[in-house]
Parts: sequence; C-alpha cells; structure tokens
Amino acid sequence: MSARKQAVRLNRREFLIAGTGVAGSLVLGLPRMTAADGDERMLGFFVQINADGSIVIGSNQPEIGQGVRTALPMLVAEELDVEWSTVSVRQMPLGIVKTADGYAWKYGGQGVGGSTGLTSNWDYMREVGATARRQLIRAAAKRLGVAEDQCSTRPGVVICAGQEVTYGELIAEAALLDLPAEPPPLKDIDDYRIVGSQQRTVDAHEIVTGKTKYGVDTAEADMRYAVIARAPVLNARVKSFDDTAAREIAGVLDVFTVEGPEMGEPYVILASGVAVVATSTWAAMKGRNALRIDWEQSPSAADSSEKFWQENQQMLRSEGQVVLDDGDYDGAIAAAERVVTRQYRVPFVSHAPLEPQNCYAHVQEDRCHIIVPTQMPSGASRAAAAVTGLPRENIHVDMTRVGGGFGRRLTNDYVAEAAMISKKTGWPIKLQWTREDDMRNDFYRPGGLHEMRAGLNGDGRVTAWTQRLASGSKYYRRPNMPDEDLWKAELYPDDFPRRLVANMRLEYFHNAIGLPRGSWRAPAHNVNGFVVQSFLDELAHETDQDPLQFRLDVLGEARELEYGNHGGPTFNPGRLSRLLKFVAERIGYGKSLPKGRGIGIATHFTFGGYAAHAIEVTVSDAGDLIIERVVAAIDCGLAVHPNAVEAQLEGGTIDGLSTALGLEITVRDGQVQQSNFDDYPLARLSMVPAQFETHILPWDDVPTGVGEMGLPSAAPALTNAIFAATGRRIRNLPIGDQLKG
Amino acid sequence: MIRFTVNSEEVTFDGEGDTPLLWVLRDHLQLTGTKFGCGGGFCGACTVHVGGRARRSCMMPVASIANRSVLTIEGLASEKNGLHSVQQAWLELDVPQCGYCQAGQIMAAVDFLERYPQPTDAEIDKNIKNLCRCGTYVRIRKAIHRAAELIAAGESA
Repeated sequence: MSARKQAVRLNRREFLIAGTGVAGSLVLGLPRMTAADGDERMLGFFVQINADGSIVIGSNQPEIGQGVRTALPMLVAEELDVEWSTVSVRQMPLGIVKTADGYAWKYGGQGVGGSTGLTSNWDYMREVGATARRQLIRAAAKRLGVAEDQCSTRPGVVICAGQEVTYGELIAEAALLDLPAEPPPLKDIDDYRIVGSQQRTVDAHEIVTGKTKYGVDTAEADMRYAVIARAPVLNARVKSFDDTAAREIAGVLDVFTVEGPEMGEPYVILASGVAVVATSTWAAMKGRNALRIDWEQSPSAADSSEKFWQENQQMLRSEGQVVLDDGDYDGAIAAAERVVTRQYRVPFVSHAPLEPQNCYAHVQEDRCHIIVPTQMPSGASRAAAAVTGLPRENIHVDMTRVGGGFGRRLTNDYVAEAAMISKKTGWPIKLQWTREDDMRNDFYRPGGLHEMRAGLNGDGRVTAWTQRLASGSKYYRRPNMPDEDLWKAELYPDDFPRRLVANMRLEYFHNAIGLPRGSWRAPAHNVNGFVVQSFLDELAHETDQDPLQFRLDVLGEARELEYGNHGGPTFNPGRLSRLLKFVAERIGYGKSLPKGRGIGIATHFTFGGYAAHAIEVTVSDAGDLIIERVVAAIDCGLAVHPNAVEAQLEGGTIDGLSTALGLEITVRDGQVQQSNFDDYPLARLSMVPAQFETHILPWDDVPTGVGEMGLPSAAPALTNAIFAATGRRIRNLPIGDQLKG
Repeated sequence: MIRFTVNSEEVTFDGEGDTPLLWVLRDHLQLTGTKFGCGGGFCGACTVHVGGRARRSCMMPVASIANRSVLTIEGLASEKNGLHSVQQAWLELDVPQCGYCQAGQIMAAVDFLERYPQPTDAEIDKNIKNLCRCGTYVRIRKAIHRAAELIAAGESA
C-alpha cells in the first residue's frame, strides 16, 4: 500500500472516531455529528450550507500567516464542488475527545509546524469535501427517485437526470443520511478549478480594516490584565519581593510569585517570576515596574556568549559523538589530492513574532477556557491541564489568528503561565508579554560552531566530507531525552551530501549553556543550509571551479534518494539542480560585472520541499552592502495556493536575509543582552530590493509544505555573492559590520 | 478627564494621564486594530494619525492628546467612500501574511502618500520604517505605488 493510500485510510478512521466520540456509539458518521453540533445546516463538522447557497467551511488549523485558513478550505471547496466566491471561513477550536484508548482528534490532527499544515491535511480536507458532496448527491437521488450514478454536480447544484437541486435545498436531507463505509472518490488533478488558482487571503479585508482579532485583542467579560516580572538571569528564582509601591498603583489588584522550573528540568514555563494583575494592561505594567525583587543566585550566572564560543572551539579539538560514518572517511581524506577545512559560526537568534506572547485563561472549579494564539492547540490543552489538574476534555481551547509563529508558538509556556494566574486569582485574565519579555524569554534558535572538512580528488570531485558541530541542542531539557540523542535536532544525517559523497562523517558535541532553545523556522536547515552552501562555494573557489557547475556535478541528475528524516521518504537532488540552473539563468549568472559587484547562488532541500536563490550585491569600498537583486525559486510539487506559496517564498527569503544581516542573541553574566528592536534590528523595507522575483516550478501532483523552504538558501546566496563581489568570505553570522574596514 | 476625538467621535478618558494612547485605544475604547508590537516606538505596529500625521501611539501619553484628533485603522474607511485607496491597494496586492503589522503599515503609508503623492522607491525606502516580521516588504512597496495610482486616478476623476 502506498504512503498516500495509508494516509487516506488513517484520516478516514479519524473521521469516524470523531463520530464515535461525540455521539457515543460506533460509526455514526456525518448525521450524528450534525445532531451533536445542533445545527441542521451543518454537514459534518466542517461544511455549513446556508439556504441562500453560501458556504461556510471550517478551518481546523492555526493560521500564523502561512495561509492555511485559505488553502485548506480551498481543498474542501474543490471536492465539494462550490464556487470559491460563495465560501467564507470559520476558525474551529481545538477538538479532542476522550476514548477508551486516550484522547482522539475530533476534527483531525491540529497543529502547524515543520511545514506540515497543508500536507498532513491534503487527503483529509479533500475527503471532507468529497464526503459532503456525496451526501448531497445521495439526498438528491433519494428525493428525485433517481439512481445515484445518474447524478453529478456543478458548483452548488446536484444534477440528476436533467433535474437540478441546489445544495441549499438538500442540506437538511443530506444531513440525515448515514455515511457509507467506503471513502468517496476524489477528483482528478486535471479537473481542479480552485486548487492551483490565484486566490486572495480569505481574511485580507478584515485585516486591512483592523477588524481581525488576534490573541492580543481578546476582551472577555470581567477580564483582568496580567504581566509577569521574570528572572533577568537565566534559571534564577525569586528569593523575595516587596510589592508595597506596586500595590499603590491605581488599578493593581494582586501580586504574587510564579514558580519557575527547576534547573535542568523540562520547561513548563521558562522562568520564575512575580505576577501583577490589574484592571488594565498599563496598570499591570506600571505595577511591575514598581516591584522590588531579590533573586537567588543562579547556576547560569556565569554563562556568557564568549564562554560558549570558547567551549565550542575547545570541544572541536577533541573527539565527539560520531553520529554518521559512511564509507571510509579517514582513508578517503588520507588519499585526497586536496583537503579543505573551514569553520562557520552561527549564533543564537530569537523568533520575535510581532504579536508578543499572550493568553486568555479562565480557570473555574470544573473547567477552563483558553483563548490563545498558538501553533499547537493540543499543547495549550496539555499545559492548562498540567497547571489546573483538570481533565483535558474540560479545557476548551479557542484559537485566534496568530501574529506570527516562526516556531515560537509550538511551545505553550505562556498558556501555562496564564492558567496559573487565573487559577490563583479565580479571575478570567489576559496575560500580556511585552517585547522585552519576549526577547529575553524565548526558546532560541541554537547557536553552534561548525567545522567542515572535505577531501577532493585530482578531478576536483569531493571524495570525503565531514561536518563537526558543537552547539546548544534544541533538545536540551526536553522530557525523556537521552543525552545521546541531543544531536538529532541539529544534524539530519540524510541531508545533502548523503549518498552523493561516499565517505561521509558527522560528529556532534553538546554545549549545555543555560539558554532555552527550540524550533525556529526550518530548524537545523536554517543553519546547515548556510554552512553547507558556503562550504561548497569555498571548495569550488579553492579548486578553481565554477560554483554553479561544481554544485551541479555533486547533485547530478534527477533521481530519488532514500531520505529518512522529516520530509522524506525520498530526496531528489535533480530537483535542486533544476532550480539552481533556473535562478542562475534568470539573474544572468556569469555575466561580467563591475568591481564591487557579485552574484551568489545556493540551494537547499527542506522538509520535503526544494528552493534556490540567486542574489546580486554591491559592496562599496567603505563596506556598504546593497542587495541589488533577488531571484528565488521553489519546487513544492503541486502549488495548491500559489499566492501563498509566493508569499512564503518572499517572506522566507527576507527572514533568512534579515537574520543573516544583523540578528544575534548574546548572553553576558547569565543575562540575554538584547531586549527590543533597537538592539535586535530586524530588516526594514529598505533592505529589500525592488528587483525581487519569486518563481514556482511545478513538479508533480503532490504538494509539499512551503512555510520554511524559502529560508535556508537565502543567507548563503547572499554571503556567496559578497565573496564574489569582494573576495571576503563571511563565516560568522550575523554579517553585521564585518565588511566595514 | 482628558477629552479628544477618535475617528471623528468625542471621547473622554479619566485614567492616568501617562497611559500611552495605544492602551487607551485598545483597553478602554476597544479599538484593537491598532497593535502593540514593541512599546518603544521601534516597530510601528501601533501607528495612528494624530492631528493628521502618523505617530507611534505607544510613545504618546494620552495627556498629550488632549483636544486633538486621532484617526485609527477603524476610521480609515468610510461608509460614504468605502475603503481608502491604500487599503484597496493592500487588497489588490494581497499584502498581509500574519497581518499583525498591517494596520500600522497602512496608517504609515496613508500619511506618507499625502507627503509624497508620486513616490520613488528611494523615497519609500527612506520613509517607510515599520517592521514586518513576515517580510511582506516586496508587496508593501508595490502596494504603495499602486495606492498612489489609485489616489491620483480618484483625484482626476
């Protein structure tokens, strides 16, 4: 059975479990689901058809700007066979039901990370639409006394042997029909009208008129406002505090300690602190400013970036954990005509979504209501359950549109904090983080020092390859995480050049600096894409080869290689070659350029999707860098929602460039030194050239995700361009003022 | 008691005068289209117009707004004229990703286009400083040019 068939079957089982959980008996399917929701215009959980023919489609996933709230309903509408212009979209809450085997999904799996929002719902959402369409056809056939196979549809209408009935007329009857056991047929790709078409973001009008509600905008009855003064030093704990002045601030209602995690233990929340609850956000902030807190000495008080980099350098002089050893690496190095070794340093960075963390929580004796911007609503449910002791089925989680994710909101520490505060006070509260809270309390993208070494033969071909990495693993302080598995978050062994270079070794060293770390857009890829594509460029230049041809020679022709990491089961290097050739041609690779001007290229395979960049820069004698032109291309298989694919490629590219240009989180005396956008300078519009192209190169009829793919190859294309322009190789990020002087 | 107008309506605020306009708009007037992004005047998510000019509302104590007029994203479109040309252009280019910064971007662009009705790329680069974490800058630049066209066409019509 193919992977695709299995996915259909699994999703279908989830569909039926849903019926079981709600109605309490087996395989009741759509009609009973309808009864449970108490709305006779509903056909299952996702599809509502109004009398006037307008359609409301439920979106089960968090919308973080990646476009799933548009793309997933497009899949339903396609199979349901309705006009897209008649569709509006409704955000669904977290749906979990308790079964004999634990908790099951009510609305299918919910959560967005690893660029899976579309791919993991590709079969499921199409089946939702096709199932609803089949029920409408069956209802029409029954009403008209016609065989089902004599019926078909056009948008919004069932046609049975020449007679037409609108969906709006059929919905009540369709909702009462049992659900057939077998899955409905799905459309052929050639029949798609909506999938693959240019559509606007469904919420665009609401957004540009200021009506869209984000988590930060939550305002519920009797709600109080809370902020927390968190430990300024990593892993420090509250010793005592004086709240006399804070309580004198008008509007301050309560002040109390929030217990943080034990050093080394998994994080439920990030830091120990003191909560201030007030009648307004500003009163809570003022109250916090008036607190006097004594902190205990922290075990991380001596942590610093300087020490971190020294330790990494030290570790690389020893032998680490060999996590991949293909062929005979040592022998191949010994036999190589040429051996090249380089080090690259990639810093810790922060997610900095523009909407600071926030969460509404109302904990009552027997229930809890959470309203939160999150990427993982099930994690929010678990966090609230852990804090309140309530069973998860009594915790209702509503999701708002999310003001940026980037991986930060995969963790729900701020949900746990909000639940703690509501539980302690009994009030419905909205916890608000400030920008400073967010930048100093993050699950940072791990920093690391990479030592790359390659052996090349007399023809300039790579015969041996190693990456030795000393870093702070993302898996630090994860529950049940053995030390020997820490490397798995930082090195994906099947990444390029696995199976393309016969003798390959990967070696890991862990640095236990006390900074929290987590998933940051294209985890590990965002670092390794830079390191690998920089090193390839260096190898080409060191051996007087053309950087494009050198890469094409390593990648070779289109063929499927086994790929066991996330994004597999295969990796096709020829798809990278195709993209590289495309962006190179578009930008005029090889053309003669004036002094100080250069073109760089790079490509990377990320979680199943392929992207490449070509960038042209000018660097003045004074070291001023201007990005003149960007050409970005993505191969995401089938582009379901091309407008969003282009948007993600634009955004991912800019994120990669912005981060490489100026972003770094540093630590001194156990404290994160950055606090806001003055010392963490996200790129502004002026960085982005007017000559900025994005291209989608279709491949087959299966979509990959797109949220992360556009990022990893952007930074190395930039630094490779800088080298072409100046002969200066950027090996440490961020670029900062390295080009000056 | 501080009196001022928001979107042409008289409002009063009887809390602390040091409360930033941002929080008065959001917590007290429930005008949540204006966003909190950084609290330090760096990001521009809180951009509104005060006395007809774009300002960072997180940096303005409400006491400084007394007797002045404030325009927020909620007041930019009118029933009579529909969407502002900048909003229209934002829709045409489908600028928003997460959308969180876009109210501030739009308010900044409206003010900018009043001063630079036919802007060059260089003028946009120099004047539009609002942060977008999603990186919608490519479309923002195009949308500003498009809005300039729409405004010019509206004036000549």
